[in-house]
Amino acid sequence: MSDTHSESISFVRESFLPEVPPPAAEAGPVKWLRANLFSGAVNSVMTLLALALLIYILWGFLPWLLGGNWTASNIRECREIFQGSGAGCFAVLTERWNQLLFGFSYPPSEYWRPTLSLLLLAVVIAPVLFSHLPRWLLIVTALYPFTAYWLIWGGTIFTPVMALAGVIAGYFAYRRAVERGFAVGLLAGLVVALFVWWLGGLAAASEPDSLALERVPSRDMGGFMLNMILGVVCVSLSLPIGILLALGRQSSLPIVKWICVVFIEFIRGVPLITLLFVANVVLAYFLPPGTNFDLILRVIIMITMFASAYIAEVIRGGLAALPRGQYEAADSLGLDYAQAMRLIILPQALKISIPGIVNVAVGLFKDTTLVSIISMFDLVGMIRGPILASTDWNGVYWELFGFAALLFFVVCYGISQYSQWLERKLATDHR
Amino acid sequence: MTTFTDPQQDGGFRLSMLLNDTRYRGLTFQFIALLLLIGFMAFLGMNLVSNLAAAGLNISYEFLGEPAGYDINQRLIDYTSQSTHFRAAMVGLLNTLLVAVLACLTATVIGVVAGVARLSSNWLVAKVMSLYVEAFRNVPVLIWILIIGTIVQQGPSPRVYLGDDPERGLFLGFFAFTNRGLTAPAPVWLEGSIWVVGVFLASIVGVFLYRRFVRKALYDSGRLYPVFWPSVAILLIPAIVTYFLLGQPIGIDMPDVLANRFNLQGGFEIQRPLIALWLALSVYTGAFIAENVRAGIMAVSKGQTEAAASLGLRPRRIMNLVVLPQALRVIIPPLISNYLNITKNSSLAIAVGYADITATLGGITLNQTGRAIETVLLLMLFYLMISLLISAVMNVYNASVSLKER
Repeated sequence: MSDTHSESISFVRESFLPEVPPPAAEAGPVKWLRANLFSGAVNSVMTLLALALLIYILWGFLPWLLGGNWTASNIRECREIFQGSGAGCFAVLTERWNQLLFGFSYPPSEYWRPTLSLLLLAVVIAPVLFSHLPRWLLIVTALYPFTAYWLIWGGTIFTPVMALAGVIAGYFAYRRAVERGFAVGLLAGLVVALFVWWLGGLAAASEPDSLALERVPSRDMGGFMLNMILGVVCVSLSLPIGILLALGRQSSLPIVKWICVVFIEFIRGVPLITLLFVANVVLAYFLPPGTNFDLILRVIIMITMFASAYIAEVIRGGLAALPRGQYEAADSLGLDYAQAMRLIILPQALKISIPGIVNVAVGLFKDTTLVSIISMFDLVGMIRGPILASTDWNGVYWELFGFAALLFFVVCYGISQYSQWLERKLATDHR
Repeated sequence: MTTFTDPQQDGGFRLSMLLNDTRYRGLTFQFIALLLLIGFMAFLGMNLVSNLAAAGLNISYEFLGEPAGYDINQRLIDYTSQSTHFRAAMVGLLNTLLVAVLACLTATVIGVVAGVARLSSNWLVAKVMSLYVEAFRNVPVLIWILIIGTIVQQGPSPRVYLGDDPERGLFLGFFAFTNRGLTAPAPVWLEGSIWVVGVFLASIVGVFLYRRFVRKALYDSGRLYPVFWPSVAILLIPAIVTYFLLGQPIGIDMPDVLANRFNLQGGFEIQRPLIALWLALSVYTGAFIAENVRAGIMAVSKGQTEAAASLGLRPRRIMNLVVLPQALRVIIPPLISNYLNITKNSSLAIAVGYADITATLGGITLNQTGRAIETVLLLMLFYLMISLLISAVMNVYNASVSLKER
């Protein structure tokens, strides 16, 4: 065949041409640059503008960062060293490192305790975050609140141990009584737990010094530690409360529903700062005379209320997004309300709500800086108060605010990246 | 034939049915909930009464009528230190609304630009925008307010700004940036200016009417009239004609750089705290709005664009008629909550010394009078009203653009 062709049609090629690389403009970095940066006049101008902006920022930022001083003992020394070159005086971070992290009145000899709690937190939170780790590790996680309380606040070990004993006793009571109904089980668990806590309170009060760490009052907490404490405690407390509020708002019982609606809408309608004012100056009027809640506890109560209203709205969105058929399926299986919620509805609704919950958690963690406005010394409070007001470091704004911004950025960005990973992992729809 | 009867019907009502019968259990639970709520409220109320009695206080709003005794720099209505606390609260309320409205406008512009730019095919622009969004979303707004407050503070003092060179002009001939704020030309309302303003407002209505006419003509007869240039003409020409007919009744008060070596005189001054708070809220919330806009545009499936293109629509009309109306439905609900967030975050004004309602009523007034419960309650009510108002207005708008279903 090919022979006839070659005779009759002279222009048919008989052999393959050797492969050649694509034209230089259509391959490799040149093509990428053309397609993504210089695909047209407008695009080219925008690229150049963005480039100019980046160079301008880095031009100012890099000398400030790299030429910075980390060892001077006050701002005057910094100024002498730099002679007006405008480099960063990062010595404030080294000199006030402990204050930035722990506040100014946490006893320095005890810094290992919050540090250890933070490290432990990183360890025990792993089984919650990554579901492929063995499930028994969750028991260790459940022990963490008691350990962390003992480590951070100190005092006798009996307090957390007795609190733990109350929880365990309550759990067993619940297990025994739950056969008669969820509400009965809950009630029995509560009663037993309260009883054990009452006993434990007596025991802890009678033995205040056995196996005790040095007691640190709440008002001595400060720095980034305070932000972490408020963030972690309030998020973990507001999650169950938020679930209850969301269920209440979706409930068919009008009174329960309206209580929840009014609570949620009221909290969402006012800024957090007014709630912190309440914690600071008003809440004491509403507590029984003679009780002396410390400020940090009052703030935790108000922030938890605040966060739980927002989490409730997120979860309500998740509940509403579930197809009606899921509720009907649960009913037709003969499950009662508690079972249907626990086994069918909530697992799915919570899964849908994860991104929203993480958003609320990140927002809440950022909002813990607001406590500096009611003169608590968290990270921002420390910077604005004792550090910038001191004669040594008066005027070192950029380094301090930059450091605070960086700390929050690392934590919040990490959380949101985790949330995106989890969303991809939990996506069970077929795409 | 089997008949189905409710087994408990014959037994009549028994007490245990309150807990075991689903018909009555709901009532029982609600009754318990109500009792608990009333008990809790009574507990708080009794504590309040006994605490107030112990401290020798009472609940009274008489302090609102007393002279406040402190000055407020940035104000929209007349106020002196002899004015009442109520007046001070009003000044604060207006300031809150002022910064909230300004920040909502700029945040929307920034957010839309950044959100669209983040979807740009230009790699570098998209990356720069995601850098902006991530940097602002992941750092507390309070820190941004403080940082931007410090940046704004770095401006020269009026004295340094004027410097040794008295001829030093204004920026673009109009503005002066100092550490006191931004000085800009102020309009001077002379006699007859009200007519110019009135005509201008009427022209705005006229533009709307013209657009409605164009749309009606398009639907009725298929004729397409030009829109843009006639709108501009309707908007500007009558006002300009009136302005010159009445003999230029609106003057301009320029900032005067030559009158005084130590201070700028004349013009209209936007004070530094307002600028700081406005900028901070705008760029912070802009990052959130950018994410909403991006999500909204991405939510419109590519098939819609392609379908519109295959109908022969031009790219701009595809955007206006097909993509945007659908994207808006996704964008608006979170946009509402971002506007609410701006309003609520404006309560951090106290950090840069801007006299919003939290700083006046919840700050100085509270400290001076010691009326904690009253002031905080008023403060909460103000914010609650603003929030409900904004969400009501925006919900009406949302209903007008949302998908009409069955």
